[in-house]
Amino acid sequence: MATVELKGVRKVYGGGVEAVKGVDISIADKSLCVLVGPSGCGKSTLLRMIAGLETITHGTASIDGRVVNEVGPAERDIAMVFQNYALYPHMKVYDNMAYGLRNRGMKKDEIDARVKRAAETLELSALLDRRPRELSGGQRQRVAMGRAIVRNPKVFLFDEPLSNLDAKLRGQMRVEIKNLQRALEVTSVYVTHDQLEAMTLADQLVVMNGGLVEQIGKPLDIYEKPASTFVASFIGAPPMNLLGTVTGGKGAPLTVADLSDLGLSVPPGTTTVGIRPEDIEQGDHAGEGLKTRLTVEAVEPVGAESFLHGTANTHRLVVRVPGRSIAEPGAVLPIFAPRAKLHFFDANGKRVEG
Amino acid sequence: MIGQSRISRIIAHLALILGILIVAFPIYYTFVASTHSLQTILRPPLPLLPGKEFFANYYQALFGGIGQIGGVNVWTLLLNSTIVALGIAVGKIVISILSAYAIVFFRFPGRMVFFWLIFITLMLPVEVRILPTYKVMVDLNLIDTYTGLIVPLIASATATLLFRQFFLTIPGELVEAARVDGAGPWRFFKDILLPLSATNIAALFVILFIYGWTQYLWPLLVTNRNDMNTIVIGLRKMISFADADTQWHLVMVTCILAIVPPVLVVVFMQRWFVRGLVETEK
Repeated sequence: MATVELKGVRKVYGGGVEAVKGVDISIADKSLCVLVGPSGCGKSTLLRMIAGLETITHGTASIDGRVVNEVGPAERDIAMVFQNYALYPHMKVYDNMAYGLRNRGMKKDEIDARVKRAAETLELSALLDRRPRELSGGQRQRVAMGRAIVRNPKVFLFDEPLSNLDAKLRGQMRVEIKNLQRALEVTSVYVTHDQLEAMTLADQLVVMNGGLVEQIGKPLDIYEKPASTFVASFIGAPPMNLLGTVTGGKGAPLTVADLSDLGLSVPPGTTTVGIRPEDIEQGDHAGEGLKTRLTVEAVEPVGAESFLHGTANTHRLVVRVPGRSIAEPGAVLPIFAPRAKLHFFDANGKRVEG
Repeated sequence: MIGQSRISRIIAHLALILGILIVAFPIYYTFVASTHSLQTILRPPLPLLPGKEFFANYYQALFGGIGQIGGVNVWTLLLNSTIVALGIAVGKIVISILSAYAIVFFRFPGRMVFFWLIFITLMLPVEVRILPTYKVMVDLNLIDTYTGLIVPLIASATATLLFRQFFLTIPGELVEAARVDGAGPWRFFKDILLPLSATNIAALFVILFIYGWTQYLWPLLVTNRNDMNTIVIGLRKMISFADADTQWHLVMVTCILAIVPPVLVVVFMQRWFVRGLVETEK
């Protein structure tokens, strides 16, 4: 039962390298906040600062209203799940979970009760006498979770906990973490570079880039209204198509005049137009929007949907088509994206409404 | 696979048997000699089978007192050697694991200076610093004491570096998990580092015990009293220049007795650290 508040948090290393460049995040009680971003964006450093494993060079971090800058990790009342689980290899599962409690001088039967309860929740009861090396990756992951929940902490911290699992197990554990967090109602901070994990887990999503927060919001709000071209390309798979118009972007520059030739008027200041792959329709449509022809270069059938990769006016585009696509490479298709579904960004990559 | 055919198997066995003979025969011969009377030994050829003097010889050596080494019995020498070897092995391990712990897991001013100082002492074996060390021992009145025998041999750069290398392989996340779990430096050392190092400690113990057991030059210098000699020194003293003066049967007994403890340590500890190796494997 706690809130986490970060105010102007910065991390400057000895050599002058700035890993986190001033971050303000306020995490509500009982909510799950996901920090997402590419590697090197400072998300893990930020998490470790909340944990107390890294010093905070500027700004403050508070847990439950108390500034914890000078408080050691053990006294912050947090529990952390590490990427490589960090289980003690020489201890049995039971002792791995009990170790933190013993260090706090808890009574033996209370420890026993807590470990047994956590083991039951995580279906580890049969494994308590095993050592970590005798467990599968998923089981180790559960033990790491168990070690966190027996502590009954104010805040859970997850540092890419699922990145060492295979895809199927990852999906399963993702759901379990979400359910567990809901059931225990513990405020959580979760770091990942996987946008799918971020979208599905988060109550509050924080997209980070280069040590700064790009956008904070509910996952679907961010998906629907990305604040910048970075967020637009990072959230969503396949990523949003970004058509550079005057400057920037990957394709050949397209002028605003070209765009109006395509049947589109854009808000002033726009230099980049973004379209999600699923917002592009096939065929000729009436109404204002982006009308063009797509030369199909490759078709990726995924099963429930297909992705058409192609070019339109030298711009690379990905189009999501439900079901199977009958288009073959080399085909030229008329495509249309309604204006209401388009995203506009200015020269700095910031969102422009209009 | 090599060794599938009958002939290659025979050749392999022959080679191994020959090897064992070369290594084991001198030891066997020493044992045979230790069970004969002095007269039998001095009148060649020496028989190839054990004689009848086993109990008499061993009893005399262990408890009787031997003139050549000042009337001290071998039992005392064995005890001295054991105390010295154990002291050196345990002392070296304690000192080096603690210094490696400090160097790897703590950030303090001069950390690298200390590391390099330890590293440089690798180039200074006991023999090089033996005279100043002897002077220090004399000034501290430590001649003819176990302290004097053990302490100068304890500092060990090799073991420190070994532990340092091992500690560097311990993932940072494990250290952090322990911090979050509320384990302070001492708890972390005792609950996590020591159990994880058990294998290394066992291996080092074997090596260092034998190193201590076979020390010659330093015990020779630092002991004057006969009852403070180690078995290696005693053995050397028992062989006098005049052949007739040497009680060869007792020398052979002492040889065998001097071999037994290191062999026991190797046999016992080897099983233990092989098991340790298998268990701590990730």
